[in-house]
Amino acid sequence: MTRLRALAVHVVLLIATAFALYPILWVLATAFSGAPTTSARVLPWPHQPTLRHFSMVMFRDDAIFFLQLANSLFIAASTAVLAVAIAAPAAYAMARFQFVGKGASLRSLLATQMFPGVAAAIPLYVMLDYANLLDTRSGLILVYGSTVVPFAIFQLRSAFEAIPVDLEEAAMVDGATRGQAFFRVVLPAARPALAVTTLFAFMTGWNEFILAATFLSDESRLTLPVVLQRYVGEHSANWSAFSAGATLVTIPVMALFFWLQRHLVSGLNAGGVKG
Amino acid sequence: MFRGGGKLILACLFVLPTIAHAQDPLVLWHAYDDREAEALQQVLEAFEREHDEHVQAMRLPFGVLSSRLESAVPSGNGPDLFIDAHERLGRYLARGLVQPLAGATEGLEPAHLEALTRDGQLYGLPLSAKALALYVNTDLAVPREIELDALCEGVEAQWCLAVDGEDAYFAAPIFHAYGASLYTADRYGLAHDGVADPGAIRALEHLRRLFDDGLVPPEPSSDLVARLFGAGDAAFAISGPWFASSLPDALNFRVVPLPTIDGAAMRPFVTVEAVFQASTRDPERVARLSDYLAGPKGALIRARVGRQVVSHVDTWNQFEPDASLLAFREAARGGVLMSSDLRMSQTFEPTTRAIRAVVRRGVTPAAALVDAERRFDDAVRPPPPTREGSTDLLFIGLLLLIIAGIAVHRARGSDVSLRASIPAYRYLVASFVAVLVLVIAPLLVGAAMSLFATDGSEFHYVGLSHYVDILTARGRPLFSEGSFWRVLAVTVLWTVLNLFLHVAIGVALALMLHRPGLRGRSLYRVLLILPWAVPNYVTALSWKGMFHSQYGAINALLEAVGAEPVAWFSRFSTAFAANITTNVWLGFPFMMVVALGALSAIPKELYEAARVDGASWWQQQRLITLPLLWPSLIPAVAMGAVWTFNMFNVVFLVSGGEPGGSTEILVSEAYRWAFTRGARYGYAAAYAVLIFVVLWLATRTKGVSRAMS
Repeated sequence: MTRLRALAVHVVLLIATAFALYPILWVLATAFSGAPTTSARVLPWPHQPTLRHFSMVMFRDDAIFFLQLANSLFIAASTAVLAVAIAAPAAYAMARFQFVGKGASLRSLLATQMFPGVAAAIPLYVMLDYANLLDTRSGLILVYGSTVVPFAIFQLRSAFEAIPVDLEEAAMVDGATRGQAFFRVVLPAARPALAVTTLFAFMTGWNEFILAATFLSDESRLTLPVVLQRYVGEHSANWSAFSAGATLVTIPVMALFFWLQRHLVSGLNAGGVKG
Repeated sequence: MFRGGGKLILACLFVLPTIAHAQDPLVLWHAYDDREAEALQQVLEAFEREHDEHVQAMRLPFGVLSSRLESAVPSGNGPDLFIDAHERLGRYLARGLVQPLAGATEGLEPAHLEALTRDGQLYGLPLSAKALALYVNTDLAVPREIELDALCEGVEAQWCLAVDGEDAYFAAPIFHAYGASLYTADRYGLAHDGVADPGAIRALEHLRRLFDDGLVPPEPSSDLVARLFGAGDAAFAISGPWFASSLPDALNFRVVPLPTIDGAAMRPFVTVEAVFQASTRDPERVARLSDYLAGPKGALIRARVGRQVVSHVDTWNQFEPDASLLAFREAARGGVLMSSDLRMSQTFEPTTRAIRAVVRRGVTPAAALVDAERRFDDAVRPPPPTREGSTDLLFIGLLLLIIAGIAVHRARGSDVSLRASIPAYRYLVASFVAVLVLVIAPLLVGAAMSLFATDGSEFHYVGLSHYVDILTARGRPLFSEGSFWRVLAVTVLWTVLNLFLHVAIGVALALMLHRPGLRGRSLYRVLLILPWAVPNYVTALSWKGMFHSQYGAINALLEAVGAEPVAWFSRFSTAFAANITTNVWLGFPFMMVVALGALSAIPKELYEAARVDGASWWQQQRLITLPLLWPSLIPAVAMGAVWTFNMFNVVFLVSGGEPGGSTEILVSEAYRWAFTRGARYGYAAAYAVLIFVVLWLATRTKGVSRAMS
């Protein structure tokens, strides 16, 4: 019976995996195709397989790709660090303290997500220009980081609320300040939610291109999504190069997820709960 | 000693460039790629050598150039010069982004200069012209001057002619051959006052015949045209000079001017690419560079290396142009110069929609064209009248005072005192400042734009007119096609269906992945998250390709199991289903990851206790997992609802609103008003505010607000 159920679970998971992979395999097939394909096919397989689109994307213009890759990594990682660093204390306050304006702040945070973001592009441009942060990585990181903060607060707040208050109280009885309790007890116990939030923040900074294309000018400071957009023009597009670039762009995200997923499952057990 | 030497070297490094170029570099923006970018670089290098200048060229992705100019030039961060198509001159002039150019005009094609002149003032120097021509696969057909209908006789290819015939730009030569034009004297050209132009009707009938007889491929796109012609599956293709670089090297082809219809030439639209002056910082140096670019030296490099149809007439005697280049020159000479009026650009979207309605859905050409005229008139209608703002300002001020009063009153009435709140504020201050300055303030400015209208550079106050216009559907029936209320209904349906499927699939998968002792857990987890990890602008396009009626994998799958293929984007239900499928695919991994995180936070002891009490797996899920999972999912669900409501990419890239704009959601409608329908930023901002209001009201309903607190 349990064996049958395990088999059923595997069947469902395999179907879901096939659904998840199928369109991506088409992207890969396009990236590796050396010649255009025109027949309608069920199986995504490259036509005249080649690596030339990958090498073209990576090594054109003196391999500035790697500089831009480093740039994108730096911006996305800093976005994640910044967002989590400022959102975690706020989320803690939302979860544990009573204060004037709590309800209003929570509602406003949700409200910021309701306004279509494109509307903010031009005002942000003017502000960054005023602060001399146009065409700098810091400017972009500040903007991305702040954009993620509302979601991060919501996500972390519900995780903090799920942690029993007794843990902190026990620590404070043992002489820890509230700040120490937050750092040593609450944060470790919320590792899964921190992992999800970090991943989310990283991907926001990693995939965004409208603001990046508006704020950045210097070729060596561009992020990869902006560079990728160049392969698609008004009437002509190099889909193979575009797909190859997209494949390359996905690899770091996969690596990050692979690394984070340990924390995703460790949860309370790793958080120092005894007994 | 060593350190001093290092400093000296550093100092030299900084000083040397300043000695070589005492001035700031000239900044030039462009959107060229491939050969044209290479040619431009060579011209600039030659110019730098000859004039001891430094030019900083910046290549922008196509489509970013104009929006970038709009934000950068007014704040003084724009380039000195930029290269763009002449038809955008009207738009740039209205926004004050271009300056008159005092350049040397001798030897340049007079018609091209004419296209860049407004009110007797020259605004740019023409570099080259682009127009459509006929590509002939010489292994499959013989190039000769010929009638369009005779073209396909005896051709042994899967398709006779690969062309993006549903796009107004590519269909324009057929309209021109029937004596119709998209734009005449300030008005839509293919229909007047509810009566379709007879020539335009016959042109559409001809176009429909080409599709019905299987001579041109269905649901075309520039990508499909390139693939079919490149693979030798089409004998002819209609495209511009940019097309050659996307064809395989082994393909034998040549280029000839477009064929004729009943002896009348299929005249393509002609675009003149020109160098414009964006700032008045240094007009002399700008003139020197633009003269060089357009003049004999620049033109020769651009013609030879960039294979451009250069506007400098004498250059054509300086080198041996090949047959293709000559064909493009002939095409440009025989074509119709596109108007640079702001309104010209508004003819394309309505016309493309009309062609699709005729070709895909069997709408009569007359009805489709009348509908197109209505869409055009809608897009170019005059902005609402200016209102006197002072009384309104007083009113807004009072409103803000009242809101502040209520807030203070509430703060007094709450059970926590301000003093007791201070510790909490210490934790909050960083987030508060960041969100207030970088998220809320820009959004408020954006929202304030909804009270203004612009017909160019000047914004004028119009009060709530935009809102009145939107909410009353501007006098048309409230639920008519494209009205706010109808689009809202579609958006709500879209959000509810998506969210239900996201949560159901995400939680189900997370529960399965969380089963103790599951083999291959990490592999499944990594593979299932992939749809979220790959940038969605890439995968959305992959899905669009999979839904193609003839070449898509979905229909291939359907046929493999013996089902009928579906024309996905011809009906609302199937096009909507295609959008939903794509977005469910994109969104379920996020819910799955959140649910996984929440699941692992549930103490294992609870399950052990339940097992001891003899609870089955199902009972454990129902009694322990779901009640504990739900609170952690609520923020993700609330956010997910808001994001789905505003999920622009999928709708825009997969169905593109087809058929006839019916699958458009509110945010894509707002986008179209801001960017493709005449830059009505104020009107689009009003849409954005209404989106906000709808979502805000939705969260105030009892169920949601209880779940949130």
